[in-house]
Amino acid sequence: MPKSTKRKKTFNILEHELVPKHEIVPPEEAVKILRELGVRPEQLPWIRVTDPVARMLGAKPGDIIRIYRKSPTAGEIVVYRYVVGY
Amino acid sequence: MVVEEKIIKSIRFGILSPDEIRRMSVTAIVTSELYDEDGRPIQGGLMDPRLGAVSPGQICPTCGNDAKTCPGHFGHIELARPVIHVGFIKHIYDILRSTCRRCGRIKLPEAELTRYVSLLRKLKERWPLLAKMLVAAIKKRASKVMVCPHCGERQYKIVLEKPYNFYEERPEGKVFLNPLEVRSRLERVPDEDAELLGLDPKEARPEWMVLTVLPVPPIHVRPSIVLETGIRAEDDLTHKLADIVRTNERLRELLDAGAPQALIDEHWMLLQYHVATYFDNELPRIPVARHRSGRPLKGLAQRLKGKEGRFRGNLSGKRVDYSARTVISPDPYISINEVGVPIEIAKVLTVRMPVTPWNIEEARRYVLNGPDKWPGANYVITPEGRKIDLRYADRKKIAESLAPGWYVERHLRDGDIVLFNRQPSLHRMSMMGHIVKVMPGKTFRLNLLVCPPYNADFDGDEMNLHVPRTEEAQAEARELMLVQYHILSPRYGGPIIGGLQDYISGAYLLTIKATLLTKEDVAELLAAGGYKGELPEPAILSPKVRWTGKQIVSLFLPKDFNFKGKARVSSGIFACDNEFCLNDSYIVIKKGELLLGVLDKKAIGAEQPENMMHWLVKEYGTDFARKLYDTLFRVFIRFIEKRGFTMTIDDVALPREAREEVKKIIREAEQEVYRLIELYKQGKLEPIPGRTLEETLEMKILDVLSAARKKVEDIVVNYLDPFNNVFIMARTGARGNELNITQMAALLGQQSVRGERIYRGYRDRYLPHFKPGDLGAAARGFVYSSFYDGLSPIEVFFHAAGGREGLVDTAVRTSQSGYMQRRLINALQDLRVEYDGTTRLPDGTIVQFVYGEDGVDPMKSAHGKAVNIDREIERVIGWRI
Repeated sequence: MPKSTKRKKTFNILEHELVPKHEIVPPEEAVKILRELGVRPEQLPWIRVTDPVARMLGAKPGDIIRIYRKSPTAGEIVVYRYVVGY
Repeated sequence: MVVEEKIIKSIRFGILSPDEIRRMSVTAIVTSELYDEDGRPIQGGLMDPRLGAVSPGQICPTCGNDAKTCPGHFGHIELARPVIHVGFIKHIYDILRSTCRRCGRIKLPEAELTRYVSLLRKLKERWPLLAKMLVAAIKKRASKVMVCPHCGERQYKIVLEKPYNFYEERPEGKVFLNPLEVRSRLERVPDEDAELLGLDPKEARPEWMVLTVLPVPPIHVRPSIVLETGIRAEDDLTHKLADIVRTNERLRELLDAGAPQALIDEHWMLLQYHVATYFDNELPRIPVARHRSGRPLKGLAQRLKGKEGRFRGNLSGKRVDYSARTVISPDPYISINEVGVPIEIAKVLTVRMPVTPWNIEEARRYVLNGPDKWPGANYVITPEGRKIDLRYADRKKIAESLAPGWYVERHLRDGDIVLFNRQPSLHRMSMMGHIVKVMPGKTFRLNLLVCPPYNADFDGDEMNLHVPRTEEAQAEARELMLVQYHILSPRYGGPIIGGLQDYISGAYLLTIKATLLTKEDVAELLAAGGYKGELPEPAILSPKVRWTGKQIVSLFLPKDFNFKGKARVSSGIFACDNEFCLNDSYIVIKKGELLLGVLDKKAIGAEQPENMMHWLVKEYGTDFARKLYDTLFRVFIRFIEKRGFTMTIDDVALPREAREEVKKIIREAEQEVYRLIELYKQGKLEPIPGRTLEETLEMKILDVLSAARKKVEDIVVNYLDPFNNVFIMARTGARGNELNITQMAALLGQQSVRGERIYRGYRDRYLPHFKPGDLGAAARGFVYSSFYDGLSPIEVFFHAAGGREGLVDTAVRTSQSGYMQRRLINALQDLRVEYDGTTRLPDGTIVQFVYGEDGVDPMKSAHGKAVNIDREIERVIGWRI
């Protein structure tokens, strides 16, 4: 069960049909992914810790989030985001 | 020449300090006079020769260079009283608000400040963006404090009265802070605090934002122009600087004489005004400084700003040499790869040709022909690098001394590659490489098939032509930019080059079943297409020998090409869904034989993805496709020329029965409209949810009338001969559509403005011919007449109102989409697809993990997919029955 950090939970946004599947990538796997892409973590697209999805997942700055998105051109696509503070 | 290579490690920006301004200055400017009675520049004036040499022959007294090499030198004006630099007004305001009015410290506790200093230094290293945010936060917090934590001084609210006046709201009232006071407050800010306010105190002390010394740019920056009459006209900046010097000197005199404070303040403010408008003459809330003629003067900001400013007009884009522009006109007899260049232009545009043992004879010929006879040459360049103008030289002598190692600037000739461009350059096909073909006449000639990518027509369009000069540029243009490599558009993967108008009518007429050709016809058509093979067996042997148009087309198709698909004419009674259809509107090509179906817009037209041409380009390459465009398409044109094609008013004349039917439909619709209005008036109309009663009525009436028009369209389509020329054009997609024909033949229908029936004009009615509040069809812009019948005067007005909206819309849309395009280009221009398939910014930041999320290049894709499986299977196993 994903834990929300603040506020009273009304419903889990991760279960909404318009929100694609998000998950926190375990550190070992994250290192592998970064090496594969040949990037430093901050060269990934960013997501704020204050983003509702990041909050829902309980992500911390420095985490990497994996998103499975639906794509009109490719069916499903995996993208990564680097969690940043502020 | 060996140039030492230097690498820029970093760039630092700062503000000029008064000392620095004095140090770089060669002279103080003390008088607003420019020239003495003899017309010589005055020492200490704005045109002081020490500021730099500009006129040829003049030697700069400062650096000893002549006009060509003197870089120009700054002067300076010592301001009698400081003035605020308007460019820094925001920063000054921020600093004044966040620092103490007495001690100059940031109005936050000492402990906090020391903490911030170390934090800021750390952030600057790694997160410059965060550093900026910290500075903003410090400013915001400090400006709210009303008592200084350092000296205990009570603070007052500071207001900025735009553009450059500061006031303090003290209990006794609003007090003006003059620039002197502002400057002394800024001086009190210590270096450490300045750093926390986002400044680097070594490069930019806050007080330098208030000017005490004004730099005077060299004459090169503000050259005076000598008119034909011999009168000198000075640059706007010189005028403005003269104003500044004049007020400054006057202010100094007043100060020295101990004039009353009010008078001094008045002149001080005037000086402030002049200095402000010198920097930016479009400041809000102050009058613009004007030239004697009333024209607004151009300030420094105006030189840089906007489309014609330094950045967009002179740095991002500039006027270039080796280019030409003229009107375009069509020529179907040149290749799509070619462009016809007028001889006159070919004699001006040149290419630098190195002389070699293999072309020395040719080079001599060009030199002998000289600049006036094409193909000639305009200059030769000796191995020492000297440029000889052939207009004035002894050409015979030069031709003889020509040897390998020389260069000849020869005229443009057939076979050269050039870039051809039409604005607006919205996509990459707006600028393509063409092969030169020099021709008589004064216009650029281009093949009609390349009109769609350029979006060109010949109603007066002009196009630009550029000559790539280096061998690398020429090779790139030839291998990457040539028209044939742009037949497929990267936008949707289909061919963007293709037939239009006559090509489509011609192809259709040639390939219909009714076209039977004699041997002479066939010979003529094939000659137009440059066909040099055997004639096929005639389709009909008896009673007379005849060929079909389809046979002609087949001769140009590859022998292993298979294709099937619906034609555009496949609709209504001619609809076809499969190859067993007798209406001839399903194209079947087997083994390069056009067996069934007609060619129309869907087969050969431009911007029609997945059509016959698309597969031909993809499977047989661009060379083949170009050949097809240059041969087969010429056959289509030749055929329509031979057959003749026109349109008459009778083509849109409806028989009496049809007119009766149309009338009946209109009458019924009218009655329905009146019924609705009646219902509305009685209040019995049921409103559509979310709409008012009136809106409901309008929508229902519009529905009824457009349904009526649709019915009329069906009648028109039914009654008109499908083989009359107007209808052929509409059906094949050559020009016009069924709605256009309906409007010509039967009725124009509802005219609208902003999607509503026309109602504006008089009160409650459009024209005084109607009763006020008349909601009927006729009163609100329904036009019963057709163009065939002619419109009544009242209908003309409705039609004009609707037509005007269309014109306004296009004008508005182009400017808006143009601006959007500009912003998109600026935002996206640095993105690039790396070899690993990711889309990245230049610093390596990932934008897309896979380009387009599927990694497919649309130009090389089949309908957006990487492969079209069906097509591939078909190709491998052959035709499936």
